[in-house]
Amino acid sequence: MRRAARLCVAAMPPETDAAPLVLEQLTRRFKIGKRVVVALDAVSATTAPGLVIGLIGPDGAGKTTLMRLIAGLLRADSGNIRVFGTDVAADPLKVQGMIAYMPQRFGLYEDLSVQENLDLYADLQGVAPEARAARYAELLHMTGLAAFTTRLAGKLSGGMKQKLGLACTLIQPPRLLLLDEPTVGVDPVSRRELWAIVDHLVRGQGMSVLLSTAYLDEAERCDEVLLLHEGKLIGAGKPSQFTQAMAGRSFQVRAANISKRALQGALSRLPGVTDAIIQGEAVRMVLDAGINPGIVGESGQADAVITPVPPRFEDRFIDLLKAKAAAMAIEPAPSAKPPAAARAPAAQPGTEIEVSHLLKRFGDFCAVDDISFTVARGEIFGLLGANGAGKSTTFRMLCGLLPATSGSLQVGSFNLRTAAATARGRLGYMAQKFSLYGDLSVLQNLRFFSAAYGLTGAKRNARIDWALREFELAPMRDATSRDLPLGFKQRMALACALMHEPDVLFLDEPTSGVDPLARREFWQRINALADSGVTVLVTTHFMDEAEYCDRLVIMGQGKVLAEGTSESLKSACRDATHPDPSMEDAFVALIEADSARSAAQVRAA
Amino acid sequence: MKAGIWMRLRGLIRKESLQILRDPSSIAIAFLLPAMLLLLFGYGVSLDAKHVALGIVVEQPSAAAASFTAQFSNSPYFAPQSFPNAAAAQTALSHETIDGFVWLRSDFARRVAAGQDPDIGVYVDGINANNARLIENYVQQSWADWITSQADLAGASNPVPINVEPRIWFNPAVSSRDYLVPGLIAVIMTLTGALLTALVIAREWERGTMEALMVTRVSMHEILISKVVPYFLLGMGGMAVSVTIAVFLFGVPLLGSLLVLTLAASLFMLASLGMGLLISTIAKNQFVAGQIAIITTFLPAFILSGFIFDIGSMPAPIQVITHIVAARYFVSILQSLFLAGTVWPVILPNLLALLLMAVFFLGAARLAARKRLD
Repeated sequence: MRRAARLCVAAMPPETDAAPLVLEQLTRRFKIGKRVVVALDAVSATTAPGLVIGLIGPDGAGKTTLMRLIAGLLRADSGNIRVFGTDVAADPLKVQGMIAYMPQRFGLYEDLSVQENLDLYADLQGVAPEARAARYAELLHMTGLAAFTTRLAGKLSGGMKQKLGLACTLIQPPRLLLLDEPTVGVDPVSRRELWAIVDHLVRGQGMSVLLSTAYLDEAERCDEVLLLHEGKLIGAGKPSQFTQAMAGRSFQVRAANISKRALQGALSRLPGVTDAIIQGEAVRMVLDAGINPGIVGESGQADAVITPVPPRFEDRFIDLLKAKAAAMAIEPAPSAKPPAAARAPAAQPGTEIEVSHLLKRFGDFCAVDDISFTVARGEIFGLLGANGAGKSTTFRMLCGLLPATSGSLQVGSFNLRTAAATARGRLGYMAQKFSLYGDLSVLQNLRFFSAAYGLTGAKRNARIDWALREFELAPMRDATSRDLPLGFKQRMALACALMHEPDVLFLDEPTSGVDPLARREFWQRINALADSGVTVLVTTHFMDEAEYCDRLVIMGQGKVLAEGTSESLKSACRDATHPDPSMEDAFVALIEADSARSAAQVRAA
Repeated sequence: MKAGIWMRLRGLIRKESLQILRDPSSIAIAFLLPAMLLLLFGYGVSLDAKHVALGIVVEQPSAAAASFTAQFSNSPYFAPQSFPNAAAAQTALSHETIDGFVWLRSDFARRVAAGQDPDIGVYVDGINANNARLIENYVQQSWADWITSQADLAGASNPVPINVEPRIWFNPAVSSRDYLVPGLIAVIMTLTGALLTALVIAREWERGTMEALMVTRVSMHEILISKVVPYFLLGMGGMAVSVTIAVFLFGVPLLGSLLVLTLAASLFMLASLGMGLLISTIAKNQFVAGQIAIITTFLPAFILSGFIFDIGSMPAPIQVITHIVAARYFVSILQSLFLAGTVWPVILPNLLALLLMAVFFLGAARLAARKRLD
């Protein structure tokens, strides 16, 4: 008996017990144009089995490169990867037999039905025909796709596609599951459902998971976190370790006699303040280690109310980034100077945008269903909603790009339905993917956009000089835009949208995926613009961005579900289960109540 | 393990077939485009001159002149118009209302009667070289015919010592349609073989499905086989449709063996698929893949295969280049099978060349295809 047991142990290959993933000094470079980008820079890590490991970092941090290296799709320049003890470079097919990988744009065949996609991946994963029925039933139930098996994958919503993708990778449960940004571009409701599947199927079956995300708030859902920034691993450990390091350093500051933006500006300039961002009506402040919150008094706000708040993962990320920047002796916090200082002082208050009973039909589908709201001059106004809620359609009508079916749309003194072209001259628009010409240099893009907005001669040169100066673009003026880092592209896109000094600025998901420092810098500029009287409209499904807005509407199925400040929306859904609801809780509660209502209507009918 | 391969192959081939059936663009490239090209070349484009507008100038009407010019009005190739003098015909020529004119001087009848060679002016619009050559040859031929018949009538001995009697082999009707349509089949099969295959694989890269496939247990062999099998069948289907249209709609004779035709088409299809697969390993978006496929396979099949332009009359360096165009060998086989029958001395070397090309391109595609992104 004992002998048999010993034999058994000896026969077992040593890697069976090995860690799901061992990375050793992994480096990978890419050549982009003339620039060599180090996508991964000597990354080393070892993960424990049966855990959900979060690979966290902003766009361009190297997450996808790491996923592809592990999956054997790329080769490392140096260093090595072992998956359950097997070297990926030496035996990629063996590794591919142990893992399942869901790429960012998951490879669903859009012209195949849900069932046909499942069949294909079952064939590819070698699932025995007799085992399939039960597995399909389980996965379809889990993903809520049981009713849609005959529907073409291309006709599913974004969230459903993502869930089908996950189901396809899980037909044969792998030992290591790689998910590359499964929640990107997915609305909060679907995001929660995806996480529920990961929790249930994965944790329940002892699978090891590596999941990448740019959403820092998802870190806390992981068992362990690898924090990547610009190709370097800047932190690893349990999410609680990250937040514990920040214990006692996060506060909420309220001041009655000063605007939240002025307060945020004053606090972020204080020495000893790591971070200060607007959150609803208050400012969330993170202090350097060992600094007493009493320093708030030094900003001239002695009577400000300071409440300690629990630290967040993002606080630690900012802390690490700033420490890194300080170590490299580069300019620490991007203390953005108010870029719009050259503008006339704040315009007189009043209504800038008025939307009433706006309706847009496509055939018999009502994309925007009788919505009304007003935006005051100099206000930052948010349009929040899941994919397909009608926010893009509303946005296009507001920009004068799409005619409304009925209702009225007023921007300033212009009616967009009768004078769209004139009204458009007063609008600036920054598209989601920064619609810049990638082959042109920074300066050429600025020249082109200023000419497109009708600027000529000295005026045009003055604006180009202004953009190069205010947005700190001058050092890269001759660089090809395509090769620029994401944060830089974003600054440039904003500069282009502001060339003609618009009164109203439209931002379409302006900072999703941008690293948190660049995001702060961007919002500081936007705040300064709003203070100078520019009205800003933001569409987003990124909950953090909603917090920066003065007021917002939440849309669902073409209707306005709720309107108000982020604080009023949050407090409206406060109950026993959510004593301190987040913006996402409020959003999900509203969407779920709305779906329940329409389901009840369908039943009644 | 063996069962795993079959399961994966079956899954992939079924997926590919479903996609072909559901994708309007692959149906269009495989069936609509061939039908359009066949109809265009069958009905629209003709290299034969028919009803050529020909001016006739007879300065001095006579029985001899009338008898000579009657040959033009009786010919299906010409639509003659009379002009009173050369100047009027010249004007018409420069206005392009006629393609050329024949000018009989006032001394035509006299010289013929005297047994002298009369001067016959032939003016042609050189821009349309094809018609120009036709008119030139026809006038010469007509003159020889006419003078012979005149001599026969007169009972005199034949003044023309050698009677040239041209015989055209293999395409007795000298119909351009009969040699264009078989050649077109090669062009059409290039479309499904190389263009469509390169496009569908590029689409898989664009949509990210290739990345997902590569991380499964599927080997590169299996991915390639799963692409070759359905598109091979699709291409052979396109070929069958084309041959049917050629034979039954256009009445092109098919003198050779259908079996040899199928064999040659299979080899050519494999060579085309190999090129398509090779292109798809280089070009990972549909636009680039389409451009490369058209430049490297479709255009050569059109221009350098001998389908329209005779390879023998190309400059020597270009003739050398045609040897690497797979369509060249297939066009030779097709033209031989359709118009001359199964002529083994022509077919065998071409079949061997196709076999070599199929092996070369499929092999190169296999070597170039890696289960990696870099």
